[in-house]
Amino acid sequence: MAITRDEVANLARLARMALSGDELDHLAPQLDVILGSVARVAEVAAADIPPTSHAVPLTNVFRSDLIRPCLSQADALAGAPATEDGRFRVPRILDPED
Amino acid sequence: MTDLLHLSAAETAAAIARGETSAVEVTRAALERIEKVDESVHAFLHVAPDAALADARAVDERKAAGEPLGPLAGVPLALKDVFTARGMPTTCGSRILDGWYPPYDATVVAKLRAAGVITVGKANMDEFAMGSSTENSAYGPSRNPWDLTRIPGGSSGGSAAAVAAFETPLALGTDTGGSIRQPAAVCGLVGVKPTYGGVSRYGLVAFSSSLDQAGPLARTVNDAALLHAAIAGHDPMDSTSVEAAVPDVVGAARIADVTGLRIGVVKELTGPGFAPGVVARFSEAVDMLAALGADVVEVSCPHFEYALAAYYLIAPSECSSNLARFDAMRFGLRVGDAVGASGGEADAPGAEEVMSRTRGAGFGAEVKRRIILGTYALSSGYYDAYYGQAQKVRTLIGRDFAAAYETCDVLVSPTTPTVAFPLGERVDDPVAMYLTDLATIPSNLAGGPAMSLPAGLSDGLPVGFQIMAPAFADDRLYRVGAALEAALDVRRGHPLLDEAPVL
Amino acid sequence: MTVLADLPTYDEALAVYEPVIGLETHVELGTESKMFCGCPTAFGAEPNTQVCPVCLGLPGALPVVNEAAIRYTVMIGLALNCTIVPWSRFARKNYFYPDMPKDFQISQYDEPLCVNGWLDVDVDGQTHRVGITRVHMEEDTGKSLHVGGSTGRIQGATHSLVDYNRAGIPLVEIVTEPDVRSPEVARAYVEELRELCRALGISDVRMEQGSLRCDANVSLRRRPATPDGPENPFGTRTETKNLNSLRSVERAVRYEISRQASRLSAGERIVQETRHFDEGAGVTSAGRSKEEATDYRYFPEPDLAPVALSREFVEAVRATLPESPAQRRTRLTGDYGYTLTDIANLRGAGVLDLVEQTVTAGATPEAARKWWLNELARRASDAEIPPSQLAVTPADVARVATLIAAGELTDALARKVIDGVLAGEGGPDAVIEARGLKVVSDTGALDAAADAAIAGAPAIAEKVRGGKVAAVGPLVGAVMKAMKGQADAGAVRALLLEKLGVS
Repeated sequence: MAITRDEVANLARLARMALSGDELDHLAPQLDVILGSVARVAEVAAADIPPTSHAVPLTNVFRSDLIRPCLSQADALAGAPATEDGRFRVPRILDPED
Repeated sequence: MTDLLHLSAAETAAAIARGETSAVEVTRAALERIEKVDESVHAFLHVAPDAALADARAVDERKAAGEPLGPLAGVPLALKDVFTARGMPTTCGSRILDGWYPPYDATVVAKLRAAGVITVGKANMDEFAMGSSTENSAYGPSRNPWDLTRIPGGSSGGSAAAVAAFETPLALGTDTGGSIRQPAAVCGLVGVKPTYGGVSRYGLVAFSSSLDQAGPLARTVNDAALLHAAIAGHDPMDSTSVEAAVPDVVGAARIADVTGLRIGVVKELTGPGFAPGVVARFSEAVDMLAALGADVVEVSCPHFEYALAAYYLIAPSECSSNLARFDAMRFGLRVGDAVGASGGEADAPGAEEVMSRTRGAGFGAEVKRRIILGTYALSSGYYDAYYGQAQKVRTLIGRDFAAAYETCDVLVSPTTPTVAFPLGERVDDPVAMYLTDLATIPSNLAGGPAMSLPAGLSDGLPVGFQIMAPAFADDRLYRVGAALEAALDVRRGHPLLDEAPVL
Repeated sequence: MTVLADLPTYDEALAVYEPVIGLETHVELGTESKMFCGCPTAFGAEPNTQVCPVCLGLPGALPVVNEAAIRYTVMIGLALNCTIVPWSRFARKNYFYPDMPKDFQISQYDEPLCVNGWLDVDVDGQTHRVGITRVHMEEDTGKSLHVGGSTGRIQGATHSLVDYNRAGIPLVEIVTEPDVRSPEVARAYVEELRELCRALGISDVRMEQGSLRCDANVSLRRRPATPDGPENPFGTRTETKNLNSLRSVERAVRYEISRQASRLSAGERIVQETRHFDEGAGVTSAGRSKEEATDYRYFPEPDLAPVALSREFVEAVRATLPESPAQRRTRLTGDYGYTLTDIANLRGAGVLDLVEQTVTAGATPEAARKWWLNELARRASDAEIPPSQLAVTPADVARVATLIAAGELTDALARKVIDGVLAGEGGPDAVIEARGLKVVSDTGALDAAADAAIAGAPAIAEKVRGGKVAAVGPLVGAVMKAMKGQADAGAVRALLLEKLGVS
């Protein structure tokens, strides 16, 4: 169940996270060791055991359809790397050849 | 002035209320202490003297106006840099949020303000709460006040260091796999992870949503109880927060009586993997509880040995999704964007590339490791085998706890397998680093509350004693903890922290 | 790109291939506040003024489910004859895009709220039952303006500007089984769904504003070799996204059928891909290849509690459901004797509700239909207001219609009464009283006026006596003038002709 360097590169792409060659070299074996440890869960997680997603089970947590105060436009944009005309300015979404 | 710093939080507030000192005086003392020692300790990433003094003045004015003050009014606190607070940056120990000033307060921050607590600054932490030593902080590690060459624990290492170095009597941390309890253990403090859902997560930057919980760090059980009571309670802004009444933790700390209480020693959480000195202090503490009138039994929780494995599937999966929002579009670091570049817009990197470069530059190694791991565990074809299975282990661990609580009122174990290890020792060995969470993780998976308090020293370094209780029975932690603390202090003749080196 | 002229004729394609069509429709719910936070949903605000930490996806923010969105979704589910499941959860759909504040969308995956329903659609007198696979809830994304390219399109843009006001608005996604077999039925389905949502009052469903969006999945399979032969398996399908008018739905599906038939006939494979419809050229084209094979890494949303609606809740919602358009059509064609075209015309003129109210107030269906569709719709249009805002009420119209039926008003007089009511002179009876508009049934006065008219125009009277019946017109006019219009013109004509010895 080895994770190859290529698989790590694919995962990095999926996670939109640039990894250097060095990082890819280091990560693959480290992930392998960790995955080896975690494959242990398969030993004990039988089919008839229901999964628990929340330790303290709640259901139907709703709020009323009421309007609450918003952020001002200034506050909303305050942390933005770039803005233009009251909007968040982001780099071009498509590549030139798309 | 130094006397002020050694008062407990409760004593400090009482002194202010009696008029023997003022909130401003107390805050000044804390700020001076920080200035004196924090260069060595590096507990703080940001100190806010003006805001703190303004808050202190407000408390003094309320006192002067004859208004009643709460039991923590005027007490300084270090706020783990994972909580949002207007007017101060929130970095989560990461480059990707360097200089980010959130436009809103976390619910717990609002509660602290209402209680008159003085937040003096933001405490250092492992990046995005991932780590057990603060060595994963992008801003350099914090150091253990007991021995500045050693780790203060993590991820709430800065919070623990601040309190153990007498910079503030109180700190707020977060605990996902042990990140309050383990730093408390290695720094000789009291640290509590409340029942999941007992404290609001609104404004707590998420690492692992189904495991994260905010909680107190302090030098005494009573102080921790006061802080716990101040921050706990249902929050309509957090769908996972529970409506059950906050257990009377302060009252329980006062009762401090364990006669007839049934205490279960978890077989799987002692033995090999735990340092002899740690096991020794733990056993002595258990004997002490027996001497105080508790019934001590051994219990077995056979699925606890799978807890670490389940945690290292669930937490990275949730975090890989929680950290996706750090994409350079709306806030935080942006790398590689050529706004205004002279090379022409057509050559400028596109959004995907900017996202990728930013996240590559902004996240540290441990965060990247867990994002990749989590992305893998959630990938199509792997969900059922990894994340899905890990949630089943959660069920099994929950059942183990439930079975144990049929014969016990609380469960106990050492908090962490070793005392504080030297800085740099485990940095290149992630698996060794993960093992520090062995004893603490089961409570996060099952959601129940747990406390670490000092059991004594081993080779001059603090050992932590962990108490676990059923969900919503947080008060039991304080009842047992206060009893043990008092007995140990009596036997020792003084509080443990008196033995810490003077900084 | 294939030009329409190269393709086999549409009819040729249909002779060989059977179209298999499934539709996915997104409906923006008309709740006051967003799906997971209290920001307003109103259209047209300044950019980024209807946002908060939650819908901006700021670190630390948490979602809380809007109760009205749940209720509206249940309403649609029930109206579509779905089962409302007893246990449902939200899930995270993880992908990166600048208009996605969290870089995951809170949606539903394998546990949608409503399943297994159907909607009947009438086309040219034939009823088609379209199966509904599921109805689930999700949140909308922000909106991007693309700058620097031609005509604001994303291709060739140098950068984009994002407004998150729309982010977090509740969306309901309705997915059909691949039951549709023609573009006409596809269009009719979307139209019927739109009317249903309107009748339920849960959305303003304006395709041109984006509150109703449609994606069409189209594939072809060869028709069976013999009429009774076994069906062939489904072919590869394409998805044409963001069709924003009923006409586009029909045209895009028709084009896809032709395009796919052409490829298949030429021995080529259909590529499973996302396509976009170009309104101007009337063709679909392939989308960005990067959109394929996205691994969304779905997992249950840990920040939200499951939705477990009781039978009582669901039945209570069912009891509030208004009549569906289909039920209404059945009632109106049955009880009122309207044709489907009548109903369509009335709905198109915006007077269907008013007509019903008028019938309830005592008018005949025919009279109500005639008055509202002709006279009153015109007056509303002249005044540039919707018919519902006219000063004349359904009760008023019913009264007038009743008076006409009783012979107390003529159509001409009735129009004057309407004038009076619209001018604010009061209700019909008050206007009739004040203006003296009732048909005079006093035969003496009529008789006298008729005699006077004949006496006053001997030449005309002579013509009529001579057999030129049509020449009586001016005499009728004279009598009407003498009676100040308060006579029935037909009756006057008959009286004059009788007096002149002609019938």
